[in-house]
Amino acid sequence: MELNRRKAIALGAGGAAVVAFAGSALAQAATDAAAPAADAAVNTAAAPQTEAKTVEQWIEEFTGGAEVTEGGITLTAPEIAENGNTVPIEVDAEGASEILVLATGNPTPGVTITKFGEAAGSRKIATRIRLAETQDITAIAKMDDGSFKQATSNVKVTIGGCGG
Amino acid sequence: MAENVKPRVKVPKSASAGEVITIKSLISHPMESGQRKGPDGNLVPRSIINRFTVELNGKNVIDMQLEPAISTNPYIEFDAKVDEAGEFKFTWYDDDGSVYEETAEIEIS
Amino acid sequence: MTMIERARKRRMHRNLVAGAVAATLSWTVAPGAIADPVDEPTIEVNGGEFSLPTRVEPADHVKDALPEVMSGWLFRDADTRAMQLDDFENQGMIFADSGAEAWDTVEGTEGKSCASCHNDIESMKGVRASMPKMNEAGDDLWSMENFINDCRVNRMGAEEWAWNSQPMKNMTAAISVQSRGLPMDVAIDGPAQSWWEKGKEMYYTRFGQLEMSCANCHEDNYGNMIRADHLSQGQINGFPVYRLKDSNVVSIHQRFVGCVRDTRAETFKAGSEEFRALELYLASRGEGLPIEGVSVRH
Repeated sequence: MELNRRKAIALGAGGAAVVAFAGSALAQAATDAAAPAADAAVNTAAAPQTEAKTVEQWIEEFTGGAEVTEGGITLTAPEIAENGNTVPIEVDAEGASEILVLATGNPTPGVTITKFGEAAGSRKIATRIRLAETQDITAIAKMDDGSFKQATSNVKVTIGGCGG
Repeated sequence: MAENVKPRVKVPKSASAGEVITIKSLISHPMESGQRKGPDGNLVPRSIINRFTVELNGKNVIDMQLEPAISTNPYIEFDAKVDEAGEFKFTWYDDDGSVYEETAEIEIS
Repeated sequence: MTMIERARKRRMHRNLVAGAVAATLSWTVAPGAIADPVDEPTIEVNGGEFSLPTRVEPADHVKDALPEVMSGWLFRDADTRAMQLDDFENQGMIFADSGAEAWDTVEGTEGKSCASCHNDIESMKGVRASMPKMNEAGDDLWSMENFINDCRVNRMGAEEWAWNSQPMKNMTAAISVQSRGLPMDVAIDGPAQSWWEKGKEMYYTRFGQLEMSCANCHEDNYGNMIRADHLSQGQINGFPVYRLKDSNVVSIHQRFVGCVRDTRAETFKAGSEEFRALELYLASRGEGLPIEGVSVRH
């Protein structure tokens, strides 16, 4: 943590940037508090599917409460994203039948659930996602043997650039 | 209803039997997240592609549930195993009920 | 002047600027060592279909200002750079494709499309590399947008497109793609010279409450960070760019508006004389760089 923080500050390289990154370092802590508010916001927007589920609810529904272990799944994401609008990620879990991806710091943390069929050539997908702030991305694979595997990757989203 | 929605896919023309190929797909779509405020200060209602499926000769390759965190113009890259010549069918499902389809032929070389 | 002298001069300049800014605003510009541009000699697009040099020798008129002319691509993160390497992954191409469709679409009272006069859009090869340039009458400097609207109004009998409207940006994207790989080469002599000089003056004039000129960031401090942003030379060979922030193509003047606004100034309008003059001067600073449009930036 200390190392990451220092690196982030070095990259930001300015007083203002330190403030920005110090703020985002707290992103994880803020996520839990923000989630209920996000629920309300989506409901008032009359979204077609009112499913602003929390991270915990997503995981509970996907795993049915089963134990989730680390390893056996690879999540590739940039350490630092130049812009949170379009962050490339790839997730790969050999032997998975389904993979859940969550952006744990987003107002609606769901990203995708991918089911692999009989003509799938691998258990890998790559896509581009939105991250509202610096946060952890979590991927959980449901394996063919019924077990669950998890990987997490922290992505720092740079803010304080030139607006344009 | 989203305007100028245009699906596109990149699939090799041929593969050897049993070969695993990489497919790239993209659909031009705003993926309005439901989180953004419009010029009037009100939230712009959610309007996204919420599901993407791919089949090869009727056999499922992937079936994805997509959420608002997927970026504008959803880009998805994945692998398919080609056992026989045939047709890939790509289907995107829009919140507004629209369904967009694209197909691509593949030969066995 | 030798390279070292030039570098020294630049460093001195840099320190002066950083000091002045720090004193008034209490933010600083950091030394460049941690954020140098990447060392890639070319941008290999579509597996080598286009091999675009990222660094070229400066033209005579910019030798004193820049030791080397560099693509903005070098200053972006690996993931952003990668998106420009394949036209399928470059979302700017969606907009260029829409523009190419509009090229063949009949509009206006004369029953014409662009193609009615200009045939295939490939006939536009080279156009982007020479923009902006004097109009046929020789009394005004025109950006590509001016030429497009001239055709629309006077030849097609169609309505003008607003400078930063989607159809205009799609069309400039479609036309720019035809020149990909060709070196930027604008005329800055003859009737264009006074425009060029006006543009140069603007480039070095401090604007806004922050009192910053184009040069403060893009000549004195490229390679350094301004807060979380890695400053490039502000070259325009990649325009129109697909900007991740906007999830859309962005025109040259649209970006100018953003930069000037960031200095907390009242900005000039897209299409204004000022921005057309600045566009010419910037195009000349990038002389020799290949057209990248539609490039991908953050």
